[in-house]
Amino acid sequence: MLTARRLGKRYGEKRVLRRIDLAVPRGGFLVVTGPNGSGKTTLLRICAGLAQPTEGTIERAVQRAQVGYLGHEPLVYRELTALENLELYGRLYRIPERRERIGMLLERFGLWEARHDRVASYSRGMTQRLGLCRVLLHEPELLVLDEPYSALDEAGAELLDAQLAELGGESTFVLATHDPARVEPLASGRLALA
Amino acid sequence: MGYARDVGALARKDLLLELRARDTLPAMLLFVGSVFVVFHFALPGTSSRLATAGLLWVAILFTALLGLGRAFVPEREQRTFDGLVLAPCDRSAIWLAKSLATLAFLVAAELVALPLYALFFHSVGGATVAAVALADLGICGVGTFLGAMAVATRARDLILPLLFLPLAMPIVVGAVGATVVDSPGRYLGFLALYDLLFAVICWASFEYVVAE
Repeated sequence: MLTARRLGKRYGEKRVLRRIDLAVPRGGFLVVTGPNGSGKTTLLRICAGLAQPTEGTIERAVQRAQVGYLGHEPLVYRELTALENLELYGRLYRIPERRERIGMLLERFGLWEARHDRVASYSRGMTQRLGLCRVLLHEPELLVLDEPYSALDEAGAELLDAQLAELGGESTFVLATHDPARVEPLASGRLALA
Repeated sequence: MGYARDVGALARKDLLLELRARDTLPAMLLFVGSVFVVFHFALPGTSSRLATAGLLWVAILFTALLGLGRAFVPEREQRTFDGLVLAPCDRSAIWLAKSLATLAFLVAAELVALPLYALFFHSVGGATVAAVALADLGICGVGTFLGAMAVATRARDLILPLLFLPLAMPIVVGAVGATVVDSPGRYLGFLALYDLLFAVICWASFEYVVAE
């Protein structure tokens, strides 16, 4: 599903990634760990197709439409409501039975009651839940999640655990976290960046 | 059909954001109104049609620049560009939708600007209205394209005018010409050609602007 060889990334003089090799099979679950500044976010952006490596190659066996990416920001508009944000992405991804899918996700992540509220009024945890709804909306084959547990309370984290377990084996995951023990039962591979 | 739906969804989002945040349009209206009031008192009452036509186009150009500078602010501040770029729609739909939304704001500002110009200076004829319509298309198309380039840079507030104003010079030449001559056909044709040429260039190359 995802293969990288001798991947490197520089921003000007600064080298962020050096000679990374990875291979994630279809249905695999790669956990990426490392201290702040080790290049986790850069690697995940390259995996999602949002950044290009300056060295090495990366091959993805999926189209852009089948990639789901959650970064440090939830990629939603603060002045729109949860429903309007998901409607926008649902239209762009041409999701059949969009309303049903959006309703199901909002229910699952506990945002149904707040669906008509602007995201600007949400707590950080609610915004992260909405970001997860957005990333799962089009049922991507490749999920690239950068610190998805950040800002989630225990209930939210358990919801995410359940969602990851449900999709495990079907979707392919690349997940960066500072708490690898949380996803240990699902992991099929580990990459520690220094 | 799918492309038109994508453009519609994205443009609707931009209009909704402005309706809620009211960041751009009030500033454009205030600016263009203030410019005409200031020049009404600053210029002598005997100013020629040519001079006031120049003033009209300076006001329109800088009002547009205000709107263009704000066009990609939600995407920059909320980092939503990544979400749009990953979506499977043609990336040029982002440019077209943003251009249409900016065009809507500019037209709204001109609905105030043209009556003020007629009130303070000279009457507005059909050729001027046609020139404004054609110039708006070029200004919004090229400006949005350059706005997307500038938003990725640190000196974005400086870069946009530096890139946009030289490329807008042909628009000013065509628009002022169409406003002051008796037979504006040649100038209007020039503006239409500019619009067509730059629309094709922006549409075809926006993909590379948003790619890293």
